[in-house]
Amino acid sequence: MSNKLISIIFILTIFSTNSFSIEPDIFVQSTVNRASKLLSENITKDQKIEKLKSIAKDTVDIQGIGFYTLGATRKNLTDEQKVKYTSLFEQYFLKSFSSRLAEYTNPEIDVQEKEILNKNYTIVKSVLKATDERPEIKIDWRVYTKDPENPLIRDLIIEGLSLARTQKEEFASVLNSNNGNINALFKTLEEFSN
Amino acid sequence: MIRKISLILITTIALTVNVSASSDGELLLKKNNPAEIKECWEGFNRASFALNQTLDGVIFKPLAKVYRKLPSPAKTGVSNSLENLSHLATIPNNILQGDFKQASINTGRFIINTTIGVLGIMDVAENFGLTGYEKEDYGQSFAKMGAGPGCYVVLPILGPSTARDAVASTLNFFGGDPWYNVTVKNDTQYFNDANYYTSKGTAGVDFRAKNYDSIENLEKNSLDFYASVKSLYLQDRQQKILNSKRVTNTQNDSDWEEIEN
Repeated sequence: MSNKLISIIFILTIFSTNSFSIEPDIFVQSTVNRASKLLSENITKDQKIEKLKSIAKDTVDIQGIGFYTLGATRKNLTDEQKVKYTSLFEQYFLKSFSSRLAEYTNPEIDVQEKEILNKNYTIVKSVLKATDERPEIKIDWRVYTKDPENPLIRDLIIEGLSLARTQKEEFASVLNSNNGNINALFKTLEEFSN
Repeated sequence: MIRKISLILITTIALTVNVSASSDGELLLKKNNPAEIKECWEGFNRASFALNQTLDGVIFKPLAKVYRKLPSPAKTGVSNSLENLSHLATIPNNILQGDFKQASINTGRFIINTTIGVLGIMDVAENFGLTGYEKEDYGQSFAKMGAGPGCYVVLPILGPSTARDAVASTLNFFGGDPWYNVTVKNDTQYFNDANYYTSKGTAGVDFRAKNYDSIENLEKNSLDFYASVKSLYLQDRQQKILNSKRVTNTQNDSDWEEIEN
């Protein structure tokens, strides 16, 4: 009995102290495979969208992207506004992200190499294979690696064009058109998500 | 009239070019940073953008939809042929940018593809090791010479541009584009105006078809489609001027570090 107990404690100790870091390129390839498998399934578009949202929640740093997108305006928000923004941005992001991807059926993406920028970021390079209707597309993934056990995607760079940056400039335009009024942005996000 | 246009051009170029500017990569990056490019004529730009969207819906989108249905070899042939013609404006710009090696490679590509490649339909030059073609234009050359982009502008029919690029592109009509010279400007027995305008129109349809889904997706998922197109256009220009698709060359990582604080 005591031997059994010691063995169990030993195994538990190993598992609790061992940390498993995930390589960013392997993380991206497995995320892509997950999404690709889902998109090729014979289910409705709405079902695909719901499942894609679940994948995005697991693998994308939605809150981080939200704050990046808001730029300097983030610093002027109250805590209450930050909570509201985080919630609205998540709804907006998930809807926008999933409906963009749901249009594709069985996209083939090959992860090719990675470039470690610093301890927080690695760029993973991949290629979306050409089809009869569109040419091959280069996609780079900015992976946030501060917690190596739980890497998260922060940006997609398609043929060198950053989606996060585009979104940031789009949000800035909405704010500029409304004299920097954050409530106008909230309203626009709400309208988009509903 | 021509004298007047030339005067306006020269004055605008002089105002756009920062005489003391260097072509140093970092300065080039900073000057062409999309976030730094001013929006001076937003009312006009948005009206022009709306007009272009209407034209797209009536002309380019329907044509692109049909064009997409063509067999792949036909589309590749059209794309190759248009790209081959674009070498004619790229080569003088390679020279203006001091890139003589690329100018000779592109000259070789043009000669081989026009002859063996049957008017550019096939890119056989690749088999001779002449690969890696990138279009260059007068806007890029002016940027390399130190000209700042000036304000962002959306031109009716032609689409997004900057003051520098719009001014620079007029050089194509003053002898800078050999294809324009032999089709429109000079009366030759082999080509006419229709050849030039057909090639430009087809290039527009080819671009629209290649980006059909991306444009539809972007429009559907944008809070402000005008701002999204502006951002993507300016990011693309910055890369073309820097001749780099490496994200680390065109983005400032401090933007991302800032959210850690």
